Amino acid sequence: MRLNLTVNGKLYETDEVWEGESLLHTLRERLGLPGSKNACEQGECGSCTVYLDDVPVCSCMVAAGQAEGCSVRTVEGLADGERLDTVQQSFLDAGAVQCGFCTPGLLVQAHDLIERNPEPTDAEIRESLAGNLCRCTGYEKIMDAVRLAAQRKAVS
Amino acid sequence: MDFIRAASLDDALAIKAQRPDITPIAGGTDLMVGINFDHTRPSGLLDLTSVPELAEWSESSGVIRLGAGVPYARIISELGEHLPGLAMAARTVASPQIRNRGTVGGNLATASPSGDAHPALLACGAEVELASVRGTRRMPVAEFFTSVKRNAAEPDELVTAVHLARATGPQQFAKVGTRNAMVISVCAFSVALHPERAEVGTGFGSAAPTPRRAADAEEFLSGELTSRGMWDDPRPLPDTVITRFGELVAAAAAPIDDVRGTASYRRHALGVLARRTAGWTWDEYLTGRQTCA
Repeated sequence: MRLNLTVNGKLYETDEVWEGESLLHTLRERLGLPGSKNACEQGECGSCTVYLDDVPVCSCMVAAGQAEGCSVRTVEGLADGERLDTVQQSFLDAGAVQCGFCTPGLLVQAHDLIERNPEPTDAEIRESLAGNLCRCTGYEKIMDAVRLAAQRKAVS
Repeated sequence: MDFIRAASLDDALAIKAQRPDITPIAGGTDLMVGINFDHTRPSGLLDLTSVPELAEWSESSGVIRLGAGVPYARIISELGEHLPGLAMAARTVASPQIRNRGTVGGNLATASPSGDAHPALLACGAEVELASVRGTRRMPVAEFFTSVKRNAAEPDELVTAVHLARATGPQQFAKVGTRNAMVISVCAFSVALHPERAEVGTGFGSAAPTPRRAADAEEFLSGELTSRGMWDDPRPLPDTVITRFGELVAAAAAPIDDVRGTASYRRHALGVLARRTAGWTWDEYLTGRQTCA
């Protein structure tokens, strides 16, 4: 089937999308956007988190056809050109990236948290990131990074 | 496989009448797992996220009509005061990303014994609204679950809403799992006090082939509260009453051993959840202060 959707501000029209495929598959394999990671394919890990019409979702559990006419923002759409988003820079500066596989999903989810809640408590950060698994288990640095990003956004 | 986006509820019902084999998809949080892993290959998908009528809730004469497509995140943010038991259950669903997508309609259609919404719906005495081109009907949620992952919807019907009375007394929900997120419940329990009719509602999950009420426990507790005059003159609930309530809830269960827990553990834990949640609801009735697991 044909699918029309906007990803990171750019309109895509793509053919031969399989009716049962996930939005994640479409993004990675058809649109050349491999930032969103494919790990569990069952919503357990959060590595595929993207914004779908401004709401963070696991793209592995969205049927591609459900995104027809929608606006998707992936990890590739967080930076402004060469300039990283505050959340991305904070993950680098806090040492919150180890193997990096969980990072794209965490970035999108943390980005949404700070947009909605500019001064999250530790409990709110943990709750917000509860669906994002890091198997390097670098959670303390990830907490540091989200706190740092919130502080930086508050003063900017 | 084909993929059809319904433009309206009428459109969706017409398609379901012509294609009773087609599988409706809303949040996709259960169905897409099956497709991704090749466990299920539907003949077609009928997308309901494009149907505006399913994505709304409304209130009329103290009854909430909750559209089948309202995601858990909105139940938490918009209905916590009206439907505290269901909102508590919604908070325990999976993760924020999944609560942004998953719906009570999908939970009902899947009809898993472990569906998190079900105990709260049972305790509230919710009714399921089913629609087809033949018309609309409503049935008590307790009659909707027929066996493991089976429900009473006809092949041409869609779950369109649930109807629940706005809470008139304290409600609670608690579940047992290995962590605070991404947990399929080992067992779950919900209790609701309905002071206006001097009744107690219950529901439990993951401890029988279907979600169920604990009718004997409901009758026992409401009978004790009524005979002691405690609805109008609330006093601390005697330990013997809470203990017996827990025993009757555990006795209503028919659990199995599986990877998440043994039957005997489930029965025991369900009794514990029943005692705790009954204590919390009664404390709130006494003091007006809400406690949460």
